[in-house]
Amino acid sequence: MTRRPVFLLSVLAFGFAFFYVPILSMIIYSFNASRLVTVWGGFSTKWYRALLSNTQVVEALILSLKIALVSASIATILGTMAGIALVRFTKFRGRTLFSGLVTAPLIMPEVITGVSSLIFFLLLAQWIGWPAQRGFVTITLAHITFSMVFVTTIVQARLLQSDRAIEEAAMDLGSRPWQVLFDITLPVISPAILSGWLLAFTISLDDVVITSFTTGPGSTTLPLLIWSKVKLGVTPDINALATLMVLFVGVGVLGAGIVMNRTEARRIADAQLAYRSGQ
Amino acid sequence: MAEPAPDSAFLRIEGVSKTFGTFQAVRDVTLSVQRGEIFSLLGGSGCGKTTLLRMLAGFETPSAGRIFLDGRDMAGVPPWSRPVHMMFQSYALFPHMSVEQNIGYGLKHETMTKAERAGRVRDMLDLVQLSPLALRKPHQISGGQRQRVALARALARQPKLLLLDEPLAALDKKLREQTQFELMSIQQRTGVTFIVVTHDQEEAMTLSDRIAVMDRGEVRQVGSPTEIYEYPASRFVASFIGSITSMEATINGRSAEGRMDLNVPALGGVVQVRDMPSFADGQGVTLALRPEKLQISKDRPPGPNAIAGLVKDLAYFGKDSLYRIALPSGALVQVHAVNLRRGDEASRVADWDDQVWLSFDPTSAIVLGD
Ligand SMILES: Nc1ncnc2c1ncn2[C@@H]1O[C@H](COP(=O)(O)OP(=O)(O)OP(=O)(O)O)[C@@H](O)[C@H]1O
Ligand SMILES: [Mg+2]
Repeated sequence: MTRRPVFLLSVLAFGFAFFYVPILSMIIYSFNASRLVTVWGGFSTKWYRALLSNTQVVEALILSLKIALVSASIATILGTMAGIALVRFTKFRGRTLFSGLVTAPLIMPEVITGVSSLIFFLLLAQWIGWPAQRGFVTITLAHITFSMVFVTTIVQARLLQSDRAIEEAAMDLGSRPWQVLFDITLPVISPAILSGWLLAFTISLDDVVITSFTTGPGSTTLPLLIWSKVKLGVTPDINALATLMVLFVGVGVLGAGIVMNRTEARRIADAQLAYRSGQ
Repeated sequence: MAEPAPDSAFLRIEGVSKTFGTFQAVRDVTLSVQRGEIFSLLGGSGCGKTTLLRMLAGFETPSAGRIFLDGRDMAGVPPWSRPVHMMFQSYALFPHMSVEQNIGYGLKHETMTKAERAGRVRDMLDLVQLSPLALRKPHQISGGQRQRVALARALARQPKLLLLDEPLAALDKKLREQTQFELMSIQQRTGVTFIVVTHDQEEAMTLSDRIAVMDRGEVRQVGSPTEIYEYPASRFVASFIGSITSMEATINGRSAEGRMDLNVPALGGVVQVRDMPSFADGQGVTLALRPEKLQISKDRPPGPNAIAGLVKDLAYFGKDSLYRIALPSGALVQVHAVNLRRGDEASRVADWDDQVWLSFDPTSAIVLGD
């Protein structure tokens, strides 16, 4: 027996507690019957019922989902294209600049991205009269620009470890480069594209900073709504709302994890089958 | 075997070079390959074999020189339009497609009916004996099976020329030998011209009709396996294929009909070899002796080339033994002797520290100008 690394374990425990105790208490208090956030008044689901009948909340949720769906999908398409261009076309002019431009938003403070997006939209409105009003379209555009980077990074990493020879083999067998893209490259990296989409979706769903710079009257997303409600004091329905979001995200992450694990398990089983069946 | 007239050749490579930056990977290669031949490119790691193959497939553009296939200049023809298919070193099977789909992939570019296409895939599966595995994915089959899928996929469109980059390198020794013969029989049945890249000289000898030996981007010699082995043109080729003991020598004149005398200090005197008119009296040359062309005996054999020595080292391999004989000059000579008789140590030709005689036939010595 080796001595247990007591120090390491306690640091770990403290870290977990720091992260999960607030979330756990929030979930528990969302079932609190009392109006007071800090006093336990018995079990109740009334805050959930209240949420569902609150049109403001439902509208914010729908808007958030719409923005997340559209921005994640467009960001995935653009981000995948950028990733492929960066890995496969290594010789075009200005590649270094392009690669820098693509990854800069990863380290750019969100406030900067938000402010610059806002200024850009204001200038545009002055020059060409669009967007007259900020809202769904401007938020979505802003989300695309910063979540696309994550997709690019994931796709790039996946492509770098994939065998270039399979694309050459397809070309050798008579396919032109664009056919190779659709027949070989995209199917092979599709898991990476899917996880890129999921990441873009969740990033968009819970963004506050950039959204608040690019939103306009009447376009309140769910995180913005929670933010503005909290400013007036924490009420139990916020707990319920936040718990629902945790549930959404948790189910999503868990689902993705299960899908990936299962593919991995099947790979291993297949490999064993191949091994047993011999040459 | 004489070099065929260049215009009758199926594939002609004329003065092809490839430079990466300042590094010359392939230098001024000129080769011609006949229709239906198995032609090997043999050379050590990094000598430019893969680069030459990739130029034939169209993945690299030659920095200089031209490639003609069936009389047509291949310059500017993209990989997807060349009647040339390549079997990649890593096999490069499409991981998301089944064995059947892999083999049928190239056929979608052919004008053929669905039934014809299915028929062709079935023929290919039969050819490589993989019909029972048609629906498996590449990660569900073994290494040897993957190799055969790659071969079937490359053959499915009936290319004029098939390029194989180290087709057997990923297989273990036993499977490799078995697959060599399969490869040859498939080549005979399909009649496709094969160019095989390998760094394994035994593999090249077994498979090929002709071999090109490459060294640092250059072709050093082209010939049949026998020519390359028995009549190497340079020290590099002689030592690359099989093993040799090489010694400095000078031509000492011609004392007998059809014979040439060599003064070999390492052998302690003059030996006789077959006369080669291209060498002048007094010229410095290299004498190269292959271990299996030397005989070893306890008593002095008759004939001109007998040298006394001492058994320094002995390795027993079962069917044969390798002796290392120390000569009075200090030189070490390797001799391969087949163990004809069964028995224990006592029945061996010679043992450690035995006094023995080495001899060789004048015609079996190799004399090299470099
Ligand atoms: N794209 C490239 N850029 C720069 N150098 C290259 C490139 N491709 C190959 N080389 C160099 O050219 C030389 C020949 O490479 P090549 O792959 O043709 O060797 P090879 O004979 O196939 O060797 P091996 O038996 O190891 O496969 C090597 O020194 C390699 O480093
Ligand atoms: Mg190679």
